[in-house]
Amino acid sequence: MAEILVFSEKDEIAFELLSKGRELKEELCLGLAAALLGQEVEGRSSQYFSYGAEKVYLGESALWVDFYVETYAQALQRVAEEGGAQILLLGSTKRGKELASRVAQKLGAGCITDVIGLRLEGDGLVADRYALGGNTVASEVIKTERKVIAVMPKTFEAFPLEDGEGQTVHLDLELPEPRVRVVERRPKEGEAVNVEEAEVLVCIGRGLGAEEDLEMIWELAQALGAEVGCTKTLASDFGWLSEERIVGLSGKKCNPRLYVGIGISGQIQHTVGILGSKIIVAINNDPQAPIFKIADYGIVGDLYEVVPRLAERLTPP
Amino acid sequence: MQIVVCLKQIPDLQQIRIKRDTREPVLEGLPFLLGDMDKNALEEAVRIVEQRGGKVTALALGSPKLRDTIKEALAMGADEALLLIDPAFADSDTMTTAKILAKAIEKREYDLILCGEGSTDNYSGQVPSRLAEILGLPQVTYVRQLEFTEGGLRATRDMEEALEIVEVSLPALVSVTSEISEPRLPSLIQILKAAKKPLQEWTSEDLALSAHEVGKEASSLEVISNLAPEQERKNITLEGEVDEVVEQLTDAFTREGVIAR
Repeated sequence: MAEILVFSEKDEIAFELLSKGRELKEELCLGLAAALLGQEVEGRSSQYFSYGAEKVYLGESALWVDFYVETYAQALQRVAEEGGAQILLLGSTKRGKELASRVAQKLGAGCITDVIGLRLEGDGLVADRYALGGNTVASEVIKTERKVIAVMPKTFEAFPLEDGEGQTVHLDLELPEPRVRVVERRPKEGEAVNVEEAEVLVCIGRGLGAEEDLEMIWELAQALGAEVGCTKTLASDFGWLSEERIVGLSGKKCNPRLYVGIGISGQIQHTVGILGSKIIVAINNDPQAPIFKIADYGIVGDLYEVVPRLAERLTPP
Repeated sequence: MQIVVCLKQIPDLQQIRIKRDTREPVLEGLPFLLGDMDKNALEEAVRIVEQRGGKVTALALGSPKLRDTIKEALAMGADEALLLIDPAFADSDTMTTAKILAKAIEKREYDLILCGEGSTDNYSGQVPSRLAEILGLPQVTYVRQLEFTEGGLRATRDMEEALEIVEVSLPALVSVTSEISEPRLPSLIQILKAAKKPLQEWTSEDLALSAHEVGKEASSLEVISNLAPEQERKNITLEGEVDEVVEQLTDAFTREGVIAR
């Protein structure tokens, strides 16, 4: 039976994809399989069954001390061809994106990355992704027989079955020595911050004049019980905040209850990351700033006057 | 060191307009630019060749407007430009784009292929991986720092949770992030000199590709719709003295139930 094949180097993303796969397989009359690749992966297969995999391909190789896209793509190609995978669902992490593209090329398949929504329409599988720098959402279908789809993390909810059982298939892999060697891995010295999870998010942009002025932003964040995020410029170019705090196209996508954008003009590269917010508040001295168009509440004013006053008002005496 | 830099011509997305009634983007008449990270890749290539000698070829696929757009790459320091222009190439997707670029690259000698990690418009990140696969090259993506070693390259990859330092022999394909370089602003003299640099154009025939192997017909994707996302926002502007707007805003917070009081 032809199947849907799920793979992600991150188990939690594979479980999200399997959960969605359970829905798709019914309507498409396909099997649901997952690939587990790496070192000593066998122990994890029962969890994959509990998220709905009917079959788990186990690929172990001593060469896989590190994730190397070329050999992972080779292994996935084999699994897809031998198992008759019609749809490959991968995670759109950095590794997942490059893997999706490389395996798609091996399979002669069309591929869509950074997918934020997936649905069946007529006979076709329609995938949504941001296009034109985040100005639009493109809905696309893949015309090749095999389809490779890389889905953004947290697009689907992972929910386990009460019981799950399946078949394990051991892959006998003969892989070439990777041509890229990892010589060092340096954990990012970022703080343990997770702006994606924040219920209240204060974001700061170029309107802030100096690094010292971050202090009043932190004070406001504290008063609101908020996490602090920023635009790419403030982290990557100015280095005022860590890159983990970047919100937008090259950073995190956030869905807070409340988003407060301060000194942010509202360029699409940033706003793509905040469209899921329940309430958007913008504080900016330029009435023409595009952020006001997507704001629920806008204050046209000097952030140096508004922010301290707001923090003071929100802080219990 | 022979370096081929792949560049994409894209409309200036800062100037894009969205039709209010249909939510359609209006692309007509927008000026074209080179992709942001493509310029980071080009800057890195030019710096490498300045230090180590060699040649930088700027390779691009696109509409006839490319003849104009590519001048910036030549002014920034590319030694020559190779343009792939043919009406048959229109509406190529990532798969056909990679196929066409690979055909052109195969006709050249190269040690290193540099790309941006993604394009400024669609950011699918597929072309570098597909290109590496077609050319049978190792790929090193998301590179924010590049050094040369005895036998090849040492690259710092910017992954989500860590920096990963890898080594690879040449030839190889490398895709870069914006952190790798600050693209230079060409001087007037460089802009004038650019006009005299070699610029070659190839069509599908030069690449031995038939019309049904490229463009829309060969595309693996079909775009059903491409519209601005629906945003229903209140768009309330709070007005008055600072104290008044702050009061109005905190009232709104309470009303919306967005902060725990």
